[in-house]
Amino acid sequence: MSIGSNLERVLKSGAFAVTSECGPPRGADPEVIRKKGAYLKGHVDAVNVTDNQTSVVRMSSFSSSLILKEMGFDPVMQMVCRDRNRIAIQSDILGAAALGIKNILCLSGDHQTFGDHPTAKNVFDIDSMQLIQCVRQMTEEGKFLSGEEIEGRPDLFVGCAENPFADPFEIRAMRLAKKVKAGAQFVQTQSVFHIEKFEKWMEMVRDLGVHEKVYILAGITPMKSIGMARYMKNSVPGMDVPDELIERMKETPKEKQAEEGIKICVETIERVRKMKGVAGVHIMAIEWESKVPEIVEAAGLYPRP
Amino acid sequence: MIVANRKPFEEIIEMLKPYTRILLLGCNECVTVCATGGTKEVAVLASEIRLFRQKEGRPVEIKEFTLERNCDPEYVDALKPFINDYDVVMSMACGCGIQFVGEHYRNKIVLPAVNTTFDGVTEKHGVWTERCQGCGDCVLDKTLGVCPVTRCAKSIFNGPCGGSRDGKCEIDKETPCAWQLIVDRYKEMDMLYKYLEIQPVKDWSTSRDGGPRKRMREDLTI
Ligand code: SF4
Ligand code: SF4
Repeated sequence: MSIGSNLERVLKSGAFAVTSECGPPRGADPEVIRKKGAYLKGHVDAVNVTDNQTSVVRMSSFSSSLILKEMGFDPVMQMVCRDRNRIAIQSDILGAAALGIKNILCLSGDHQTFGDHPTAKNVFDIDSMQLIQCVRQMTEEGKFLSGEEIEGRPDLFVGCAENPFADPFEIRAMRLAKKVKAGAQFVQTQSVFHIEKFEKWMEMVRDLGVHEKVYILAGITPMKSIGMARYMKNSVPGMDVPDELIERMKETPKEKQAEEGIKICVETIERVRKMKGVAGVHIMAIEWESKVPEIVEAAGLYPRP
Repeated sequence: MIVANRKPFEEIIEMLKPYTRILLLGCNECVTVCATGGTKEVAVLASEIRLFRQKEGRPVEIKEFTLERNCDPEYVDALKPFINDYDVVMSMACGCGIQFVGEHYRNKIVLPAVNTTFDGVTEKHGVWTERCQGCGDCVLDKTLGVCPVTRCAKSIFNGPCGGSRDGKCEIDKETPCAWQLIVDRYKEMDMLYKYLEIQPVKDWSTSRDGGPRKRMREDLTI
């Protein structure tokens, strides 16, 4: 009998879940993953592995997930629709499940114009909503998208992402409802900086009763410096960093900014934790994985169940 | 209409390097409407080429000619009396016209003077934008007249993605987000409930992915 998803176990137990993220390297050195993983050890319930994030070529999510799995982590393999058609998608799902990956996160993927190969052709054969449906059809019904039977059904805990801060705001809760209808079992949100807006979104989510059907993990990103805060506000698609936070970082002396960034992040965790329907946090410490244990401990979320 | 853009002059001149007698073709249809390859644009390009080659000391002889349509055999036949007087044909018609003329005069090379870009509309004077990719299975009924295949940078059927901001697409601040437009339409028509319908995986076999497409009407074939 194989062991199921640890993330699913924690969420089902009712404990407040903590997940983090590991961006694969731009090369073939597995040590980079192992080093990042070592920081997170014991402090998180699962680790997301990004899939050529911002359309920059990196080691595949699949193989990086395996390296983390060998280290004893419960990886969440991210999969984007930008680079694979339905044939490659289903094939990778079978392969991942065969090698013991237990979680998948279904994403559309950033457009390739953001990345290092802007002249590439994109795929987008199916979208993230349809990818959720596809994985659930494979795991629940044991059928391919074509309707044909799968011999040896994959077993995966299926997640999605949602951005409460993107436009049009009024449909963002409905969009999550749609993803849940498609079969999403957990959702990780875009990084929460604008807490009031997130609260408003959660209210809309609760009005639709969606929080009772899906585990919601609020995205959390610590800011290293005022530079990073400004960059996220202005240059990252779908990020909403309010001016007060920018001001707060700006007023902090340079050498204290990282500390302040961590403080803001811990405060955010404490606030979202109080919101009804938030089942955990997903900490995205971009190239700052070493700080995750400190954040988890400061937020009173250590030890992990 | 089919929208095209003239190629950079350097590229055109490079292609014409080996030739001195050139038939420069235009088309009276789409490329005239989008001000790329009609009689006027043919005349402008012809004089640019003449001037350049004159300066180079390798003058050319150019015949300017605009066909009614380049994609219809009965019009393409009009070239027969004089096409063989020229070394090469350069065409300002769309990609369809360029190929079709070449198919009819196999002893001639037909060079493209334009980059054929998209099927679109004249949004306002001097501005053309894309509307349809000919996917072969139209869903405009479901999206109330906004094409997700063409106007969403990711051809998403259940949008908008997380990059939609202030009505614009994540790829740039000028491009409208198709899914914002679709949601706006749902609201205008009091049909926001339609948003909750999940659009199923698309059958792309009717699109380019299924191979070159053909339409035949038995009753019209001779
Ligand atoms: S759905 Fe297909 S046929 Fe209809 S407008 Fe879009 S690309 Fe054209
Ligand atoms: S921002 Fe809108 S148009 Fe652009 S890719 Fe996303 S959904 Fe499509």
